[in-house]
Amino acid sequence: MIARTQNRPGQDAIASKGWLVAHKWLLLRRISQLLILALFMISPWFGIWISKGSASSSPEQEAVSLVNTGNLVSSLPSGLAQKAPPPTDVFWIIKGNLSSSLVLDTIPLTDPYIFLQMLAAGFLPAATAVVGALILAAFYMLIGGRVFCSWVCPVNMITDGASWTRRRFNIKSNHAPHANTRYWFLGGTFVAAALTGTLAMEWANPVSIAHRGLFFGMGAGLWILVALFLYDLFVASRGWCGHLCPMGAFYSLLGKTALLRVAAPLRDACDDCMDCFAVCPEPQVIRPALKKAGQDTPVILDSRCTTCGRCIDVCGKQVFRLTHRFDQRSSS
Amino acid sequence: MNAEKAVERAKTPEKPTVSPGRRKFLSGMAGAAGGGCLMAMGVGIYSRQASALPALALRPPGALPEAEFLAACTRCGLCVRDCPYDILKLAAPGDPVPTGTPYFTARTGPCEMCEDIPCIKNCPTGALDPKTLIDDADKTPDAKPSINKARMGLAVLVDQENCVAFLGLRCEICYNACPLIGKAITLEKRHNPRSDRHAMLLPEVHSGYCTGCGLCEKSCILEETAIRVLPPTLAQGKGGEHYRKGWEEREKHGGSLIGDQLELPVRGLENKRFGDTRVYEDAPTNTGSGDDPPPFDPSLLNGSDPERRP
Repeated sequence: MIARTQNRPGQDAIASKGWLVAHKWLLLRRISQLLILALFMISPWFGIWISKGSASSSPEQEAVSLVNTGNLVSSLPSGLAQKAPPPTDVFWIIKGNLSSSLVLDTIPLTDPYIFLQMLAAGFLPAATAVVGALILAAFYMLIGGRVFCSWVCPVNMITDGASWTRRRFNIKSNHAPHANTRYWFLGGTFVAAALTGTLAMEWANPVSIAHRGLFFGMGAGLWILVALFLYDLFVASRGWCGHLCPMGAFYSLLGKTALLRVAAPLRDACDDCMDCFAVCPEPQVIRPALKKAGQDTPVILDSRCTTCGRCIDVCGKQVFRLTHRFDQRSSS
Repeated sequence: MNAEKAVERAKTPEKPTVSPGRRKFLSGMAGAAGGGCLMAMGVGIYSRQASALPALALRPPGALPEAEFLAACTRCGLCVRDCPYDILKLAAPGDPVPTGTPYFTARTGPCEMCEDIPCIKNCPTGALDPKTLIDDADKTPDAKPSINKARMGLAVLVDQENCVAFLGLRCEICYNACPLIGKAITLEKRHNPRSDRHAMLLPEVHSGYCTGCGLCEKSCILEETAIRVLPPTLAQGKGGEHYRKGWEEREKHGGSLIGDQLELPVRGLENKRFGDTRVYEDAPTNTGSGDDPPPFDPSLLNGSDPERRP
């Protein structure tokens, strides 16, 4: 183990595995985040539509096929929020935003947190939204609640950026609120929805504001996101995602029994370099699995773990791996 | 020995009833609860304050009443994507419209009244509800929503001082732009007292037909439009719930509900057609003999009634 400051964690890993492997999960996550963002706009930006086939065509022709409506470059609009008029008889790959969307013109998706706010506000939505919320709730319940936070949510890139800057410039000031504040906040948003009869949180939810803003116009939402970055940078380490975000709180509760988990099967090899703690957005979740504190299994069972896999990347001793929650393999 | 123990006991302070660990836990919890609830309260109050919809922001067709709409709309923008004319917008934070909800502005981009109403087809929650666009009379299960049933707002001729038609000039642009021409907007002919020889063709909006699409507002030739689509709550008055119009009720029930009115003649004009409402033109005529009233005589109007002379 090399004694050093924690402002550049992962040097051991880069030395032993090479840069690419030491950033594998980070890169995959960024690709996932950007790809999900891009999917919502890929149709108008690149003129990639899915053809339905006209009503008069034969059944074979009605089969779904990719069509490119011509010049890639000319169909690129000048602004992000603009869209080229879609040709007729075609549909989007994904249409909408993270609050609700329609995949391939057939599968509805609705964010289960927003869905519950709707129920709290006293509105029983139509069947489409019910189905959409059930699909997403089942997915995150099964795969991993906060997988949303680290693999989908656009705010993650902002707060990860703040966290990276914080480490790099060795900013130590930290006035983080209690990490359970988010659960109270989460409960409070439902109460607020019930009392106001509206989706109260959606006036201020940075997650939906960020995603909606990118494709429907950001407006003053940009300053909310800048404020979020500065808060995480100067006021509280991992302040928003790790302490306040009610959406993260919701998904952590949803993922209590999720299958996809990070484990520390080679925990014996740990040389206490603390790199994993330095990069982890929820550092408190590592210890029970790594140091057998209060549990024997090497699996990180705490549902606040976002399954981002950054600990796997930065560990020079390859202690961690991505696995399922019943994987009991362990070196000790 | 005993003395030493006593000194030892005096040195160690009494055990606190709440252990430091527990105290820390409780204060942490209280902090989390306080902070979380405070933030939720802020969000709640802000959402209430920022719920007001400006009069010029119109909801897409089929939108539920505003209070319900704010509970129902997920702000996903599928209606925005499906609008072929790209007139719908999702409000960005800082816009004076509830954040993330869809709206259009009639003056810059009115609803083009697509017959198949594509904007409401994919609404996942029913915030844009096709049921509100189905004719009440049509009870068949496959009744189709009609864009003509939409009530996005109500056009109001807000400025008669500047409307060109009221100046006595020919315009009728709003009338001609109206998709329900002759129903939602009609032209009323009035004498033009200024020239004393022309007619004024004044546009008049009828709430029974106006969908609030805003095509009239868009087309108004003035620099500031004289006809505006306003939310129905701003554009219309409303009588008391208890109020009944006598003539409508009489028609509905085939007769007056309170019995025929007691009608009395003007004193001194009994049995005269011009003084006694009991005398009708179709009353049986007579020759003037007996007690029957005499037939109507126009000369009586000139005050030449011999009976009235003393």
